[in-house]
Amino acid sequence: MGGTARYIIQRLLLTIPMLLILLTFVFLILRVMPGDPVSAMLGGRNVSPQLMDEYRHKMGVDRPILVQYGTYLAGILRGDFGDSFRTNKPVVKELFTRFPATLELALFGLTFAGIFGFGTGLIAAVRADRPIDHTVRIFHIGSFAMPLFWLGLMLQVIFAVKLGWLPVASRLGGRMAFTFKSITGFYLLDSFIGGNGAVIADVAKHLVLPSITLGFAQAGLLGRMTRASMLEVLDMDYITTARAKGLRERVVVFAHALRNALIPIVTVFGLQFAILMGGAVLTETVFSWPGIASFLVRSIEARDWPAIQGSVVFIAIFISIINMIVDITYSFIDPRVKY
Amino acid sequence: MARSLVRWLLDLLDWLVRKVTRGRHALRRQVILKVGLATVLVFVLVTILAQSSWFTPYDPVYYRDAPRLQPPSAQHWMGSDQLHRDVFSRVLAGGKASLIVAFGAVALSMSIGSILGWLSGFTGGFVDRGLSLTMDAIYSFPSMILAIVLVAMFGAGLGPMIWAVGVVYIPTYFRVTRAEVLQVRETTYVEAIRAVGASNTRIILRHVAPNTVNAIMAVSSFNLADAILTVAALSFLGFGLPPPTPDWGFDIQNGQKFLQSGSWWLITFPGLMIIFLSLGFGLVGEGISDLVNPKRKKKRV
Repeated sequence: MGGTARYIIQRLLLTIPMLLILLTFVFLILRVMPGDPVSAMLGGRNVSPQLMDEYRHKMGVDRPILVQYGTYLAGILRGDFGDSFRTNKPVVKELFTRFPATLELALFGLTFAGIFGFGTGLIAAVRADRPIDHTVRIFHIGSFAMPLFWLGLMLQVIFAVKLGWLPVASRLGGRMAFTFKSITGFYLLDSFIGGNGAVIADVAKHLVLPSITLGFAQAGLLGRMTRASMLEVLDMDYITTARAKGLRERVVVFAHALRNALIPIVTVFGLQFAILMGGAVLTETVFSWPGIASFLVRSIEARDWPAIQGSVVFIAIFISIINMIVDITYSFIDPRVKY
Repeated sequence: MARSLVRWLLDLLDWLVRKVTRGRHALRRQVILKVGLATVLVFVLVTILAQSSWFTPYDPVYYRDAPRLQPPSAQHWMGSDQLHRDVFSRVLAGGKASLIVAFGAVALSMSIGSILGWLSGFTGGFVDRGLSLTMDAIYSFPSMILAIVLVAMFGAGLGPMIWAVGVVYIPTYFRVTRAEVLQVRETTYVEAIRAVGASNTRIILRHVAPNTVNAIMAVSSFNLADAILTVAALSFLGFGLPPPTPDWGFDIQNGQKFLQSGSWWLITFPGLMIIFLSLGFGLVGEGISDLVNPKRKKKRV
């Protein structure tokens, strides 16, 4: 385990220059490009230039860029990402109140993608070149071409507006939102703590459509990867041996082939987390989901510099942590991998 | 008229496929590639033609005589929107931004990314490490979010969108070409050319770069498919072309307002167009990668 610990520390150290580059990139672009947070905030109202300057001074955007950069970096080291121009609250606080919503959505999206993608991929591989395989493959290719926001809207039209089975948007039904107490920020968990059956059902219902939307693209990719990986493994000699020994097909597929086929699948699963976060922007917008991604979009519209920078860094840190976890799970799945 | 147009299109396709496959007989029966190319060609043609209003059944922008928010009917095949405009006409003309930005962005990232990749792979050392780290930083970040941040900073319009979407894909080309260069650099024939006294520029341009073309071709088709979706998403979020211009992404955003009242046709049809176009590019990519690495075609019975 000593090797693993050292590896984790190395990985953490490597992410620092990466985050620094990303941060500098965003920081510079925000300041070089046209568009001024003060005029965006005061919204083209008839404001005297003196007042504008006063605001600029108060927000600290009138200082030289290098000075701003220095103070900002020093703040980050203390865990302070500055205050949002728009809400005047610390950016870190804004992000942490919204993070559970995004994480909850992402987890259920991944679960859907996992079950659906993995399942279809497995079926396609086991029934290779049969009609069901072709159907599944067409579906996989088609899923890459699916605009997520459109899928979300179509699901809303069908299941919420026409059939009325599920709610259109948001995390909780109107009446319940008043009495609902959030402890962890994960609504499903909270509703279980609250122990009210109606609330649990309502929260779960609100999760269905967004999770399917977010997980859809992942499902296609995962399914494709699963199929390819399984086919490769099923072609190997040790599988022929296993079959020759007279093992049942179920045992061959699930006990022998699957374990080895999983290795590349897990890689894809982890790498795709970045895409999942990108998809979260659209999903959260379509379903009015109060998460980090929709916060970022609104901050961009308001030219809220600290909020944009903070969200970008936050998302980047989050993704590096996920990637690291994926790397470490390798050593469990594949005993040959040692750090 | 319609028949001869179809025949002409098929001939054109055959010619294109023959060009791409350069006479390799067995490979000409590339169904996937053909279907993909046909889709893309039809979309490009229709979009170009639909920019003039004699091609579309009604004027996509100024026509105001359709009934308000009507479902599809014999007169208006895809219904009409809240401003009494014909949705079918708007859908035909709505691919302009998607196509221009997708092609522009991929061309941009292809040229910048592969030049940086050649440089980085060829020079090595400090330059290589710095560039690789920067590219990894961009690559590991969600491309959709990066594109949104960039387009918001650059401003609205076609030019800024090309830059925003283009920057996102630079690391993809950087990685592909760099890996390819590192491999080619070590081969005996490059060593031989160097021994003869060829300059570095000559080695890159004449001997290393051509070897990376195959890989870039396959990547760029998949990239175009992805770019179509990114552009649509940007327009949907309101970072695209300004209103009355017909645009799939923006029209879907507009349709969202009338979703609760059940006006499904406003979002359904523009979305289907996005899917088909993106699928077309995706199929071209599949076809090309089948051509480039025939190993993928395994002997499965």
